[in-house]
Parts: sequence; structure tokens; C-alpha cells
Amino acid sequence: MKDSKLHFRTPLITTPFHARTSAANKLNAWAPWAGYTTALSYSDETMEYTALRNQAGLYDLSPMVKYAITGPDALRFLNRLTLRDVSKLQPGNVHYTAWCDDAGKLIDDGTLFHLAPGRYRLCCQERHLPWLLDSAIGFDVSIEDESEKVAALSLQGPCSFAILARAGLEAAQGLKPFQLMDFAFDGGMLTISRTGFTADLGYELWTTPQAALSLWDHLMVKGADHGLRPIGTTALNMTRIEAGFMIANMDFVSATTALRPDRLRSPFDMGLEWMIDFNKGHFNGRAALKREKESGSTKWAFVGLDIEGNVEAEHALIYDNRKTEVGHITASLWSPTVKRNIALAMLRRPYHAERSGNLWVEIYALRELEYHKLMVKAQVVPRQFFNPPRRRANPPGLY
Amino acid sequence: MSRYDAIIAGGGHNGLVTACYLAKAGLKTLVVEKNDWVGGAAVSRSLYPGFTYSNCSYVSSLLRPEIMRELELPKHGLQIIPYEGGAVFTQDGGYLAMYRDHDANRREFARYSQRDAENYDRYSRDVLRHCRFIRPLLLRTPPDPTSFRPRDLSELAYIGKKLFDMPEEDIYAMIRFWTMSISDFLDEYFETPVIKAYLAVSSIIGTALGPMSPGSAYVLLHHYMGDVDGNIGAWGYARGGMGSISKALMASFVAAGGEVRTGSGVAEILISNGRATGVALANGDTFEAPMVISNMDVKRTFLKHVDEKHLPPDFVKSVKRFKIRGSSGKVNIALDGLPTFPALPPDSPCIRGDLHFTDSIERLEHAYDDWKAGRYSRDPFLDMMIPTTTDPTMTPPGKHFMSCFVQYAPPKIEGRDWTDADRDAFGQTVLNQIEQYAPGFKNLVLHAEVRTPRELEAEVGLTEGNIFQGELTFDQLLFNRPVPGYAQYRSPIDGLWMCGSSTHPGGGVMGAPGRNAAAEILRSLKKPAIMGDAYAVL
Repeated sequence: MKDSKLHFRTPLITTPFHARTSAANKLNAWAPWAGYTTALSYSDETMEYTALRNQAGLYDLSPMVKYAITGPDALRFLNRLTLRDVSKLQPGNVHYTAWCDDAGKLIDDGTLFHLAPGRYRLCCQERHLPWLLDSAIGFDVSIEDESEKVAALSLQGPCSFAILARAGLEAAQGLKPFQLMDFAFDGGMLTISRTGFTADLGYELWTTPQAALSLWDHLMVKGADHGLRPIGTTALNMTRIEAGFMIANMDFVSATTALRPDRLRSPFDMGLEWMIDFNKGHFNGRAALKREKESGSTKWAFVGLDIEGNVEAEHALIYDNRKTEVGHITASLWSPTVKRNIALAMLRRPYHAERSGNLWVEIYALRELEYHKLMVKAQVVPRQFFNPPRRRANPPGLY
Repeated sequence: MSRYDAIIAGGGHNGLVTACYLAKAGLKTLVVEKNDWVGGAAVSRSLYPGFTYSNCSYVSSLLRPEIMRELELPKHGLQIIPYEGGAVFTQDGGYLAMYRDHDANRREFARYSQRDAENYDRYSRDVLRHCRFIRPLLLRTPPDPTSFRPRDLSELAYIGKKLFDMPEEDIYAMIRFWTMSISDFLDEYFETPVIKAYLAVSSIIGTALGPMSPGSAYVLLHHYMGDVDGNIGAWGYARGGMGSISKALMASFVAAGGEVRTGSGVAEILISNGRATGVALANGDTFEAPMVISNMDVKRTFLKHVDEKHLPPDFVKSVKRFKIRGSSGKVNIALDGLPTFPALPPDSPCIRGDLHFTDSIERLEHAYDDWKAGRYSRDPFLDMMIPTTTDPTMTPPGKHFMSCFVQYAPPKIEGRDWTDADRDAFGQTVLNQIEQYAPGFKNLVLHAEVRTPRELEAEVGLTEGNIFQGELTFDQLLFNRPVPGYAQYRSPIDGLWMCGSSTHPGGGVMGAPGRNAAAEILRSLKKPAIMGDAYAVL
């Protein structure tokens, strides 16, 4: 027994950055995330979003679920668990991946860090320890939930590298997208990866809870001249919709919790089939996914939608020819950056492609306590609405 | 002698539900009840000045919201209020709590096993998937699989379609689930004994099975498929005690023009030329009606109140074989103050939930071993609640009512009848167990009502004291409840119907048997249905 009985007095725990995030949270706008209390916005979500696209934002990433995976069979285990071929993931690199149950239905997606030879970290939205342990039967591997042992910040935005440079971390200049590097910091270790959830230049910083506050303070001081400000989840979510990224239990229901059989999604449904490596040997869900691929039985497609007008289409239903329901929107946004009314959506096939020419979205627009019902045209487009060259530039730019 | 359109024999909650619907449909309806009060096992009596008890049933989750709405029970005073969490006290001075908050509950389970804590979500998902299958069947008459009548065929097709709409692995899982033991089922998810013990008890409450008996897993579902305001699996209190449900039903019935006669029960259901014609009461009164609807269990109805010569012998044999074994007792306690459980932090919300002392499946199975040997459990399982931590109406402020459901208690003690001395010793066993975990508890006891299967049978009328009017095992469910061929609320006697928990979908203060029976009766009379469709399971 590691926890005290008295945990019920604080059903939401705080992150290692709470002393700073709570001081900065002028709105007292908090929301639960994975059992933590986290900031929705600090002072002004529009300016927080603007900082992410114009300067830089600092986001407390600590509630992210993190598993340390080590041991002689770590690679073989991860190849069994996830869809991609992990043998291609060299130390010092990160890749985006996903994993399925035996029926080939998505459990979660996440990032896999190859921290050092044979030492991995898997980051994801939901908790999966039982599934990871079940999948580890027969492997000499150690799996530890290290969520509470790692404090993490996401530094995102066009000035993010400039701020790192000012903070004495200019060696991060050598990091290409999806690479990571270790630094000494405050007497301990700091890992920086060129990763993020905003489709812009950005970094994620991983350290110990003990070093959390000094890292926050250091970045905020060194970033002040570049307009660095704390970012809440609302602003971050706007950028991730522009990036076209999915979140488990927001864009699809994880197979771990889905009650309704028609809510289950395969990697083909979610546009993740590019991850699947059928040649790497057995992995969870392989047989079912192979069947799905060969039979072409995929029912859904996760797409981007460009919607006419400027009214957000939150959770709207999508129709073919204004009458046949063919899908629904999972995330929507008037994008201040691309100046379009965008959405992520699940469409029944083939309305994502061959029959996508006559799609309509039913929007209930609340204006002064009354709904205006709108039926507006929508076009299927790639999910990545925003993808600037500065995101990939090597070396990274200063703004 | 007075004439009615319908007479309900027995004023339990299901009888009252049937009565309400028939009266609302315009039938001149009479309820006769042997006790001086109505309610059967949903009853709140005052046995100590200033205190109201929930004498038998003590929590509510299954009572169908369709019934509450259609019979306007809230208007007639019914309020169902949810309660918080619960705890199992462990023998080492600790406890396992259940919290309504998902994260708090995960952390609590993680004190024992992080794997169990996270697997609880998978467990809940799987049980809820089973609930989603069964819930739509609650307010439907089971189809007769041997019949070619269009209604039976369409209802069978409905169930078949629901089954085959499931993914393959769910079909396998469901067939296993309906037949396996709760112990085996829980082993597939959990490794911590006290977590398994907490979850297992729902599968043995009211049932003469142990947690290792095949078939016990389904009983868990029966306790999981209800809801409080759509929160599936949640349980609540009826404000003012479970008798509030019966009072509201009675008020609804009277408002619809119904008549109730208490104080003398049915001695005999009158039958002439193979048709029910009325009832003769123990006090000599007789009432005529072309329809008699028995709220009594199937054994009591046909073996005690119907002359056997009117019945087909195979039917009588099936009724005699119907399993209705008593397995539980009840101790209701008036307390001078709130007991202190040293294991619980003083501000723990668990005191307002269900409290148990059985911390392993093995201990629960050993309690069942005593029952098999014809003894009450020396180390019984208690489902203990203090509703007055939530309900301000049942006692004076600062005083408390404690309800202890106790299992196991056999209908007979080593083959002989219970005596008063047995009953008192049984009660002491319960008080002693509580005292062990709450020193000083006994000094708070102002009054205790001890009910063994003997009292439950004598007062409430439940044969052998079985709280579900017949066990909820797979062989006695759906079209086999109560007996094959008679699952549609009818009997071999024209005009004699059944509406109690012996019929589909079974026991608990659910009201579904009563509503389904009323629907069948109105259909047989070619009256328009006054009940709406059951709420959809989206």
C-alpha cells in the first residue's frame, strides 16, 4: 500500500508545477485531467492561443500517462504491443504510434520515446497498465507507471527554440523533429524532445518533480522577452485541431471502455493504417487487422472538414444530400490562423472519398439564447490544416 | 358480497403496481392484504418511538422509472435519493472504500493493486455491456419459445437480434457470464481478495448460492442493472424508508379509484368450472371478480390458496420444485447515536454508504457452508447501512437507524423450525460482529428487530423467507420463470394471474413484474395499453 487512506480528501491531485500554475491562473479555471487538476485557461484563452502561434506558450503536460519500459525484451515487447516496427526507432528518437486489442480495435495512440538503448517511455492519454502487463506475458520486460515521477512541460510556438537558446539550452538546436537529447539541469537531468501537439515548432521538456519549479521559473524568466506565457488546455486544444491530431475518448472511444460495439474503431477507421507493419512478426490485433485490410471491411474514415461560413459545428451531424446521416464531427474550430471553419469528423465510407461531393453539416448556432438551425456545405480535406515550414526547419528558426 | 373487475391478492409493491395500472384503465379493482399495512417487503414501520425503519428491503435502484412517472409516484410523495460509496472493513484494522469519484476510487483500489484499480474500468465495461442486453427485457413479457403466435415469434426475434447484433466475443462472454460463478468471473479481472469480496456480495444477496456456485454471476447483474436517474448500477434510498414506495403506490391507486382492504388475507382463491371467480378471506368475507391476480409467490399461491384438484399435476410438480430457498435475515436497529468505526477517518464519506465486514471470497463461501449444513452463518455477511446519515426523516436528529441485511440464514435450523432463542442468538451474532469493528456499538442500541426466514415468511408471506420470491438462477429466468409454460403472468386457471417477483424479471423492488402483468391483463381484455414504451437504451 503506497497511498495514504486519506487520499479521498483530495480527489484531484496537483502537478509538480501547481505552485506556479495556480499563481498564474487568474481565472481560477480548472478542469480534471487523468486525476489531476489542470488549468483550462490562465487569463485569456485567445491571447494564450495567439502566443502559441505568434510567440511561445508553456503548457503543463505532467498529467500525461507515462510508462517506463525497460529490460532485455523491451523492444520485442513493444513490437508485440504497438503497430509500428520499433526496431527502426533508434535511441534518441521518438515516434508516434498506436495499439489495438486482439480484435484490432484501437485502445489508444501515443508517443514512444527511445530514451537510451533498451530504455523506452510510452506516453498516452489513458491508463493501460493491465493491458500492458497482459501483453507482456512471456517477455522479460519491466513496465512501470512513471506518471507521477516525471514532470513535463510543453514549450511550443515559433519562438520556442529562441527561448531554449536564451535559457542556456542552445544545444537543442541539433534536434530534428522527433529527436530527443539529455541535458544537465539544476543538479539533475532534463530531457528535451522536439515533439508537441501544436503542429508548430515546439519542444517537450521532461524532468523530475524536484526540478519542476526551477525549470518553470527559468523558462518564464528567459522567455519573457519573447512573450512566453502559460497556456491552458483550451488554447492547446485549438492548436491540436488545426494540427489534425486525435485524442482517445474525444475523437474515438477506446476499446478499453467502449460499451457500444459500433463505437469501436480500427487504425484503418482512424487513418492510422500507415503505422501497421505486417512484416515485423506477431503483434496485438494483427490477424484481425490483416482480415480488415484484405476484406476492405473498414466502415469509417477520420477526416478533416472545411465547412462553409464561420459558425463552429461542434458535435454536429453530417448528411449526404442534406438527408442521409453519414457521420459526425468530433472536434471543431473557427481557426484564427488559417481563417477557415474547420473540423475533425468521422464519416462512413465511401462518403469520405468517392461520395463526398454532397456533404452537409447541421449546425445549431446559439445566438442570444436561441438556436439558429443551419445546414451548410462541407468539403473533405486533409486533417492537417496548419503545417508551416518553421515546424520542420533545421536548424530551427528564432521566430 | 361485493363484485369487482379485478382483485389483487396481496398488497406488496408489485401487487400495488398492477392494481394502479388496472384502476387507471378503468377497472374496479380491489387489493386485499393480510397485514394491517400494505407494502409487503417494501415497508417502513415504526417499532421504536420516533424511529421509522426499512423493515425488509432497504435500498432502491431497480424500481423502474417508467413506473414512477406513469403512476405519478413523485406527486404522491416518493423521493429517491442516491447514496455515497461504501467500505469493507478488513480484519487487520484497515478497509477498502468505494468512492463515487472515479479518480478517488482508482486511487483507493490502487492502495491494494494498481492493476486492479485500472482493471475496474474493464470490469465495469463488461458488466455494463451485459446490463445493456438485459435492461430492455425487463419491461417485456418473455416470449414462449415453443409457441408460433405472432407476438411470441416477434419477441423471440427481438431477443435473437439483440444477441446477434453483439460482437462475437461478447456473445461468448455473455453465455459464460450467465452460467459461471462470481468467484471465477472476478478472478478474470482482479487479484486482491478484499476487492473481490466487495464486488462478489452483489451476486449472493438474497440467493441460496455461494460465491463459488455456478450461476451466481448473473445475480450480480440483477443488482447492477438498475439505476438512479440514469446512473446505471447506482443505488439510492427512498426518502422516509422503503415504505415510502408502497405509500406512494397506495396513494396513486386510491387516487385512481382503487379500494384496499387490509387486516385479513386470502384464505382461498375461489374457482368454479376452471375459472377464478373471486377470493374468500380468512375473516370469512368473500369478494367476486372475473380476475384474481396473485402478488403472492408461486408456491404460496398454488400450494396454499388454490385447491390442488383444480390444477394440472405437472404444473403442481413444477411449482413444488421451484427453488425459493430462504438464505437471509435482517436486523433493524435503532441507535442512540452514530457508531464510531476506528478504521474510518472521521470525515470519511463511507459511513453514508454500504458497509461490509466480509473481506475475502473464502470467508463468504465459509458463511455459505454453514447454510448448507442447515445453520445460520457463525461469521455472517452483513450489508449494513445507516440511511439516516443521508435521510433526515427517519429518526430524531443525532439518532440513527441502521439496517443490516444478513446472510446466510437457512429456512430451517438443521431441519427443525426456528425458535425465539435461535432468532435471538442470530441477532446477537450480528451485533457481536459489528461491535468487533465499532467498539461501544452495543451501548448505542435502543431497539433491534431481528427477522429470520421464519419472520419473513410469517409476516411478509415470502415462502421460506426468500426475498426474491424464488431464486434468480438461469433455470428460473425468462420463459422459465416461475415454471415453464407459464411465464406470461397466466396460470392454468382462467382468470387467475400472477404479478409477484416469482414472475419475470424477478425480485427486488422493481415493479416490473407488476407492470408487465398489468400489460398482459389489459391486452387480454383488449383494452388499450395505458403504459408507454419502456425507455430506450441508447
